[in-house]
Amino acid sequence: MHVGKSTSLYLPQLFFLFLFICNFLLLSLVYAQTDDPLLNSEDSSVAIPDSELVVVAPVTSLIAEDYKYDDGKQINLSWVPSIDDQLVGSKVLGYRLFRIIDDGKPELLAKLRCGANSYSDGKLKSESVYSYYLEAFSKNFIATSTRTVPISPEREWINFDRKYLFLLAFIIGGAVIFFIESARRGKKLFVRKIAGLEAVDEAIGRATEMGRPILFIPGILDMNDVQTLAGITILGRVSQQIANYDTKIRMPVSRSLVMTAARETIKAAYQTAGRPDQYSDDMVNYVTDEQFGYVAAVDGIMVREKPATVFLMGAFFAESLILAETGNSVGAIQIAGTARPAQLPFFIAACDFTLIGEELFAASAYLSGEPKQLGSLKGQDVGKGIAMAAILIGVLAETIGTAWNVEFMNDVVRWLTILFTTQ
Amino acid sequence: MKREIPLLITFIVGVVLIVSVFVPPTETLGEDFSVFFDIIAVFAFFLGGGNLVQSHFSKARKRQTDWGYSIVTLVGFVAMLTIGLFKLGNPGGISAPPTAEGSLFQEIFDFVIMPLSATMYSLLAFFVASASYRAFRAKNREATILLVAAFIILLGRTPFGMLVTGWIPESFDILQIPNMAIWIMNSPNLAGQRAIMIGIGLGVVSMSLRIILGIERTYLGGDD
Repeated sequence: MHVGKSTSLYLPQLFFLFLFICNFLLLSLVYAQTDDPLLNSEDSSVAIPDSELVVVAPVTSLIAEDYKYDDGKQINLSWVPSIDDQLVGSKVLGYRLFRIIDDGKPELLAKLRCGANSYSDGKLKSESVYSYYLEAFSKNFIATSTRTVPISPEREWINFDRKYLFLLAFIIGGAVIFFIESARRGKKLFVRKIAGLEAVDEAIGRATEMGRPILFIPGILDMNDVQTLAGITILGRVSQQIANYDTKIRMPVSRSLVMTAARETIKAAYQTAGRPDQYSDDMVNYVTDEQFGYVAAVDGIMVREKPATVFLMGAFFAESLILAETGNSVGAIQIAGTARPAQLPFFIAACDFTLIGEELFAASAYLSGEPKQLGSLKGQDVGKGIAMAAILIGVLAETIGTAWNVEFMNDVVRWLTILFTTQ
Repeated sequence: MKREIPLLITFIVGVVLIVSVFVPPTETLGEDFSVFFDIIAVFAFFLGGGNLVQSHFSKARKRQTDWGYSIVTLVGFVAMLTIGLFKLGNPGGISAPPTAEGSLFQEIFDFVIMPLSATMYSLLAFFVASASYRAFRAKNREATILLVAAFIILLGRTPFGMLVTGWIPESFDILQIPNMAIWIMNSPNLAGQRAIMIGIGLGVVSMSLRIILGIERTYLGGDD
């Protein structure tokens, strides 16, 4: 009875086990048939009758060309695929690309899929000579192409692919330098008011009146990021005001080099303000490189010390909203600035003032009020003018060219695309 | 000299890196300079670690406010440093990497630091809700437009959007909420983001030139 009951209990499990094994065997068969030909394309040593051979044509017009405008490290290959390389029912299963260095033994460079018609061979040496050939293979036949003419990659001294980039950089850079020089000679320049920077004095004054510290957060990236540099330059201007007002500044950082740079900056600001004795290294302290560890520490400082003013200036990622919302919850006046578009909405929602993109980089010049610094901001406007003109012309040309099929307008669009595409 | 040498280094490195964009043989210099930076940053780790220990030790010794947290920090720092340096609890012994599978160092990272980081990260969900509540209040015309756009995107990104407007015929399918959401993201939103990106690019050029030419020297500790 016991045995019978037990057997009936196990029957469903046995049935499913049987199904599982059948399923497994079927799947194995299917996978065996659809194996990647590039991985299983070794030659078979078994003799195959001619009638069963799947003969394929080799690739044609295989050309090896030196990649222009590089340091002599790249050769570009192009070819016309085998005529048996078809989208549907292709006899060709793939290609094998071989390279011969200095008449040595051919070495397999790459396995390529059907439809491939080009390849870039990089990290080469300009003193070696290279030639290439391709094998197109079916399931039991290999068609070898002719070898390319031996070629050496050549070193070029100027990258003419980037001539338009050079032109734009020259115009914008030249405009910046021109306006700096103009301002240096005493020319009056108009710079529009930036609300976030106009509020800096008010924010520092508020902290002074309330007797609470000012928290300065320079983002979570290191000194090699331009946003951190921008943050540190703003810190220099802000800490001079803080020293004048004799207010306390607190700056937890997540990078050791930022700590060193920030200390030097604040120390110099206190010296300029004539209060070197008020400076202390404790104003800037290292917390951790770990993103959320840093956030936890800064949030803790905000909640415990309740700063009256919080500056968030630099590169921020997922922590932007956590920091800004915590600052908001403790009632601090917050001025934020970042060049990361993804984080800007968070700052706009949670902070009182936000420096959007370029304003972060303009802040130091704006706060300094020095003519030569303001001149550089004016130079940016030339770049903006070029961008605006290009966008306007591009939109008009694209619209007219598409709507009325005007060839000249299509040429303008093509030319603009080339001008603003970096190689 | 304290200012001149760093300014000279900045000028030379800046100019060389600009040149390397246009002169192929110098293309790898950018990578080389970033290696130099990494080497300097490694030494700076000692500065950071030293500052951490010194500031928290001083706080704990003077029994300043919340000194208990400093004890926790110091214990955590010393424990991780000891376990990592001496490979304590590492099945591979002293020759194995500290992050080897099953090592105590890796276990602490996986089961203490990672959950703590995830906890902090998950706070974001609540902060997004509170920030959205403030941002999307229809206080004025701009805020109302923002609210409507956000509402359309919110609905468009869920099956509910299609459920509500799926009946609209194909010739007017732009009025279907998911399509409106796609249009808002791809047209006005993308245009705004690109405008910001162009501004950022120009701002970076301008600031870099100020730094390379030595006009902006606040990051070196001032103008003197």
